[in-house]
Amino acid sequence: MRLEPKPRPSKIALILYPLGAVAATLLIASLLVMAAGASPLSVFGLVIKGAAGSQFALLETLTRATPLIFTGLAVAVAFRARLWNIGAEAQLYVGGIVTVVLGTGLLPLPAPILIPVIMLATILAGGLVLLGPAILKTRFGVDEVVTTLLLNFVVLLFVSMLLEGVLKDPMGLGWPQSQMVSTDARLPRIVEGRRLHYGFVIALVAAFAVWFVMKKTALGYEMRAVGVNAEAARFAGIPVNAVLMKTALISGGLAALGGFSEVAGLKGNLTLDLSSGFGYTGIVVAMLAMLNPLGVVAAAIFVAGIFVGADAMSRAAGVPSYIAEVMVATALLTMVTAIMLSRYKVRWR
Amino acid sequence: MEFFDILFTASFWVAAIRIASPLIFATMGELICERAGVLNLGIEGIMVAGAFAGWVTVYAGGDLWTGVAVAALVGAAFGLVHATLTEPFGLSQHVVGIGITLLATSLTYFTYRIVLPQVSSPPRIEPFRNWAVPYLSDIPVVGPALFNQTPLTYLAFVTVAVVAWVLYRTPLGLAVRAAGENPSAVEAQGLSVTGIRMGAVMAGSALMAVGGAFLTMSAFNSFFFEMVNGRGWICIALVVFGSWRPGKALVGALLFAAFDAYQIRLQQVAGGIVPYQAFLMMPYLLSIVALVLVARRASYPRALMIPYQKGER
Amino acid sequence: MADDTARQAQTVLRLSGITKRFGALTANDAIDLDLKRGEIVALLGENGAGKTTLMNILFGHYVADAGAIEAFGKPLPPGDPRAALGAGIGMVHQHFTLADNLTVLENIALGTQSIWSPRLDRTSARARIARLSGEFGLSIDPSRAVSDLAVGERQRVEILKALYRDARILILDEPTAVLTPGETEALFATLKLLVAQGLSIIFISHKLKEVMAVADRVVVLRGGRLAGERRTAETTRQELAALMVGQEVALPNAAPREAGPVLLELRSVSTAATAGTPLRDVALRLHGGVITGIAGVSGNGQAALAGLLSGTLSPRSGQLLVGDAAPAGWSPCTALDRGIARIPEDRHAVGSIADMSVTENVISERYRTEFSRYGMIDWAAARRFAERLIADYDVKCPSPETRIRLLSGGNMQKLILGRALDPDPVVILANQPTRGLDIGAVAYVHARLIEARDRGAAVLLISEDLDEVLSLSDRVHVIADGEISRPFARGEKSISELGEMMAGHGLEVA
Repeated sequence: MRLEPKPRPSKIALILYPLGAVAATLLIASLLVMAAGASPLSVFGLVIKGAAGSQFALLETLTRATPLIFTGLAVAVAFRARLWNIGAEAQLYVGGIVTVVLGTGLLPLPAPILIPVIMLATILAGGLVLLGPAILKTRFGVDEVVTTLLLNFVVLLFVSMLLEGVLKDPMGLGWPQSQMVSTDARLPRIVEGRRLHYGFVIALVAAFAVWFVMKKTALGYEMRAVGVNAEAARFAGIPVNAVLMKTALISGGLAALGGFSEVAGLKGNLTLDLSSGFGYTGIVVAMLAMLNPLGVVAAAIFVAGIFVGADAMSRAAGVPSYIAEVMVATALLTMVTAIMLSRYKVRWR
Repeated sequence: MEFFDILFTASFWVAAIRIASPLIFATMGELICERAGVLNLGIEGIMVAGAFAGWVTVYAGGDLWTGVAVAALVGAAFGLVHATLTEPFGLSQHVVGIGITLLATSLTYFTYRIVLPQVSSPPRIEPFRNWAVPYLSDIPVVGPALFNQTPLTYLAFVTVAVVAWVLYRTPLGLAVRAAGENPSAVEAQGLSVTGIRMGAVMAGSALMAVGGAFLTMSAFNSFFFEMVNGRGWICIALVVFGSWRPGKALVGALLFAAFDAYQIRLQQVAGGIVPYQAFLMMPYLLSIVALVLVARRASYPRALMIPYQKGER
Repeated sequence: MADDTARQAQTVLRLSGITKRFGALTANDAIDLDLKRGEIVALLGENGAGKTTLMNILFGHYVADAGAIEAFGKPLPPGDPRAALGAGIGMVHQHFTLADNLTVLENIALGTQSIWSPRLDRTSARARIARLSGEFGLSIDPSRAVSDLAVGERQRVEILKALYRDARILILDEPTAVLTPGETEALFATLKLLVAQGLSIIFISHKLKEVMAVADRVVVLRGGRLAGERRTAETTRQELAALMVGQEVALPNAAPREAGPVLLELRSVSTAATAGTPLRDVALRLHGGVITGIAGVSGNGQAALAGLLSGTLSPRSGQLLVGDAAPAGWSPCTALDRGIARIPEDRHAVGSIADMSVTENVISERYRTEFSRYGMIDWAAARRFAERLIADYDVKCPSPETRIRLLSGGNMQKLILGRALDPDPVVILANQPTRGLDIGAVAYVHARLIEARDRGAAVLLISEDLDEVLSLSDRVHVIADGEISRPFARGEKSISELGEMMAGHGLEVA
């Protein structure tokens, strides 16, 4: 078997193959649903209803999509420059730490100043977390995949240490959780009585900003060039290492903003379950979006819909909600396959 | 000084070997894949799947060794998916590996919930028992550590010897090493690079799964979520640390396990002063330090992470 | 003589009607070829004429779109290297197919023993290699690691690999490209020995002299078609050249100019051994209005020299002067700022960013200074620039948005040339600027380089093609084992004298 690039992939193929990927994902999910003793059609119906069947469901989906947009953007930016950031999980938690440290009364500032200050600090801290692996990569040739993965565990333990130590809420009845951030540090709700908060708006702005940087600026051009062919970029005089550092700061910063948004917008405090694997799911989101920043928004909402819908379905139909994780992972694999097939011609001889 | 006394207790060495065993299996598995030119980031998820598959087989009434075999088969199946997507399809080994980890983990949890819908704490099985080698196990300190372990631990050490033998002493090993260095050398001699790489990834993934099964069938007696807890990623670091050589990787795994066993005991001694999380971080930080130390002089397989396309320049 | 005739009558290999297309390009168009026992047939043609494609089809790396292959009277199944090996066909590729982490013995034995055998039989392999080495004069220590071998030794291992598998037909793809003249002689002696033992050889080359020296018969390919077939005894180099090129090629007008000032100088420069052979205490002066050629066998320090001028490598000791100052912080950026244009050796991996558009590629060296403001890229201006280069440099491409990897080698090189020459550089590094290009593109590149020289630029031409160096350069240095000779004026040394120096004998250092 051999792959030959198609000079110009046809428009139909670019639509048909991804649809095929969705179909394959649904097929596999159907088999699992049947294994769980339920009917696929009714289960998928319940998932869709749970994700988008009411104003409440829709707003829940957008709420869940918010951190995924941030981590998806973080991954998309990094992967574009071929910096394999698998550590968005860690960067997100660091964002949560910074938000709690600055937001629980350390800085007595009014909200319009306090929130931007916290956001800047969050971005910087998250960026620094990824800067470490990026420096190890460029200076010592250490693969950043492994270092960012390992840092996820280190940071989570660090959070646990803080929550049982200096950041522990004295009123928390012994639970490992931080104090609530002050109202000046909270992001307001968008719809009264619903959980959707202004973190979602910040995420949309971030997506547009990333799109703008990638498309229009010299930095975006440099990042794309480094990602496609670092050797040629270096030869052309593009400062490859500096570009990777900037990429790391941006990517880590975006993921950390996700942590800020979850704490300041949704949870109000830092706990050990701030993220349910948002960092890893961000990889799926970015790949489904083919690393396009605006596509990340759509992909994050889609993935969030599966999660929210599956939660609702699970309560009603008794199929384990882990079906959502399976579907998301399957979608990742089928989608990268579909993208490849739409760009290459498979020759069997 | 009690910090050093730890090193002379038999229980410390017994624990070190026990901690090392799953790492040895999975490190050998990853090493085989990478020697053939494929980075297998599916390792973490495959270990989860293996841990569950072995345990659930025994829970369902299977024999312990059947459980190990089932775990290996499940691992090989995920290996087949990984290899198909990365080798003939030439997809990014990073993305596919992460995808396999997510898929294997979520499928495992899903299946667990289907098999055991109602339980709050998972049932136990009768795990592998220690099997003392006559006479040798009576040697002080070393005896209990090396010669009074479960059969799976012995198998881990045998695996290292077999992997080393196959890689360096057989025609198959020659082909695997060549496939990871210069696949066109393999192709020019009439062998199929794709076939060799796919085989290596499947065999390696089977070993990873057995490493996972060690956790549920030998180290503990039950399956918990999060029980693999980054061990797969540590094994990837161990492969680099061992310069892609089975013997050196074994030494790395043992050193690592000894350190891990030491920090557990240190927690009990120094736990009041330093938070326990600081000790738990050590294995991960240590892996990063090890990577930095060897990265400069590492001679990695030259074709690692490069999908092979026939006839391509 | 009668015995000879009988022997020659036996056809061992027959290719008929081989056709292979890659997209729009027809690499092989209905090619017929036959090979007889004990014969050396040269497959002659320019780069890109389809020689390597044809042999890759024969060996099963590619599958032909049409045509059939017969070896020893039996049809050869397509697309299966194993079948080719089994039929007694051995191939020595241009880029050696050796695994550096294995020993000589392991490389040779790879794939020859049952893959499931529990033990590699080294003893019998060693004995067989020793016998073959003795029989054909290919001495090599089987226990050495391939990574320690010199190029000539690697080639010997490749030939042994084929013989070990009982090859009766040997295909050698451009085997002399990496050899010194002396090593080439030794190779030819080996080949004569092999055919005397009844083997048949296909020798792929674009060098007329070698073809005349070693082959019995010459098959000429041009643009993927069979252009002619001659017995070497009955033809001349001139006739073969005409067949190969298909048209009279006017030699570039290289009438020398007055040498201008020194624009770039290396003063006793040595480099670290990071990129192949390092330079050792090298002195070099590039004058304006002069094309300075570097002749040498590849891998003798050319990469380091090119790296120095490109800015990707800094001297470990000694001085690199641009004009009369040593620039601080030597990097590709500094080199570009000082007016050094670079045409890299590998246009696919280094010269271009394959998956980006033509526009994005042509601004890669100047986006900082000319095509961006406040950190934003002016894409309209960039596109206009790309359109201008496409027109000025006669590039055939659908639009500036086309991804550059879809262009042909010649058009890609013209764009790289345009990107380099457009800002009127003072120094031009041309590293293998015409490798793999068709005749027309070669002439175009040469003409543009001469034009730049006439404008007063200093041109450094690095090429493994001695003919190219000699025909284009106003003065020539020889590079061997990281050392560079004093400059020789045009015609000062004979080709054989230069060849001796390229082999490292009696290099005249300034």
